[in-house]
Amino acid sequence: MSTLEMRRVSRTYGRGAAEVHALCDIDLSVDAGTMVAVMGPSGSGKSTLLTIAGSLEDPSTGEVRVCGQELSTLSRNAKARLRRRSIGYVFQDFNLLPGLTAAENVTLPLELDGVPARKARAAGLEALDELGLTDRAASFPDQLSGGERQRVAIARAVVGDRQLLLADEPSGALDSVNGEGVMRLIHAACKRGVAAVVVTHDAQLASWADRVVFLRDGRVTDQTVPVPGPESLLTPGPGQ
Amino acid sequence: MSVRHALLALLSEGPKYGLQLREEFEARTGEVWPLNVGQVYTTLQRLERDGLVESDDDGQDGPQKGFRITTAGATELAGWLRTPPDMSSPPRDELVMKVLVALRVPGTDVRDVIQVHRRYLVQLMQQWTRIKETEAESDISLALVVDAELFRLDAVVRWLDAADGRIKRAAAGPPQADQAHTDQAHTDQAQADKTGTTQAVPRLRRRVGARK
Repeated sequence: MSTLEMRRVSRTYGRGAAEVHALCDIDLSVDAGTMVAVMGPSGSGKSTLLTIAGSLEDPSTGEVRVCGQELSTLSRNAKARLRRRSIGYVFQDFNLLPGLTAAENVTLPLELDGVPARKARAAGLEALDELGLTDRAASFPDQLSGGERQRVAIARAVVGDRQLLLADEPSGALDSVNGEGVMRLIHAACKRGVAAVVVTHDAQLASWADRVVFLRDGRVTDQTVPVPGPESLLTPGPGQ
Repeated sequence: MSVRHALLALLSEGPKYGLQLREEFEARTGEVWPLNVGQVYTTLQRLERDGLVESDDDGQDGPQKGFRITTAGATELAGWLRTPPDMSSPPRDELVMKVLVALRVPGTDVRDVIQVHRRYLVQLMQQWTRIKETEAESDISLALVVDAELFRLDAVVRWLDAADGRIKRAAAGPPQADQAHTDQAHTDQAQADKTGTTQAVPRLRRRVGARK
């Protein structure tokens, strides 16, 4: 069973002459432990795909399953619970709460889900520790660099037992070294069994994914085939 | 890639044998550019002829013959490091030519052609990224070579993205300030995609790809 399954998902906005087809007949499966990148130009439907996968928005037609649960059958409360427990989000602009420390930001989704404060804090500190942010736990977002803020956002997205990580242009305005660091962290989360969907227009970020899906005008037009091992690029030349 | 100057750089660290130079060249370039041992000795002979390196007086030709850099060689190396390579004229890029030709071939969906190349490039980038992930962390030379390849391929993907956008806009006609018109243009384009018809794109006014 895939962690995320989208079947014939479409999303239409407006009516009549103003009707816009943001997504058309999207089929997408993401298994546990794999990262799928969704590439496409602005307006191709990347962000809509992500908000529907994350149950933040309903599709006009089609079926979305997250961790085996068909979203259209869930009540609003059940969807909110699924989001808190199973889905982590990473946004381009981090979306950290400025009045909370790094540790409090990471712990918040667990506490909202009713996890006792002490247990939530231990899990939060563990997530920060894994991302090399132990000594920044008490810092507020405005005391952190851009790279550190995004690492906190990733810690928040994977804290607890989240199974699906959804990232929208996760390297945002970070420089290439910090952007690579973000992708390494998401990749590491996948190695621990998380399924990730990263939407981006950046081919360097997308190249971290196991599979790259190309969107154009709301449709999946193409995808990469499985990548051969590195040895195919490092074969001995004629001089050896 | 200047093998000549790479050998001078290795000899600037101290005298070395030919075989040793080949091994170090490959190690320093992340083993991405294999070097023929014959090429090493031919290059060393030319460097010696030009007075940029000296060989052992008593050594026989072969793997045990040592080489060292001369003062003229060190000067040549310092000058080369600070001389930018000629990037002023556009190269005759095969991919650019394919896309330009695709625009002229009747019945060809240029955006599909672009996507074929985009997918190929992204797959190549995935392979390089696997190398970065698994091997380049502890090898700075390899990391730099992989970064250079990724940035080079990324630039080509960006060009394809830009070309894709330009062709889409050109096919949709001149830009409209009115949103309703813009939406209609999108609808027309979607219809054109479905029926396989393509509209004329503006004629290119300048020749590109010619070297100086």
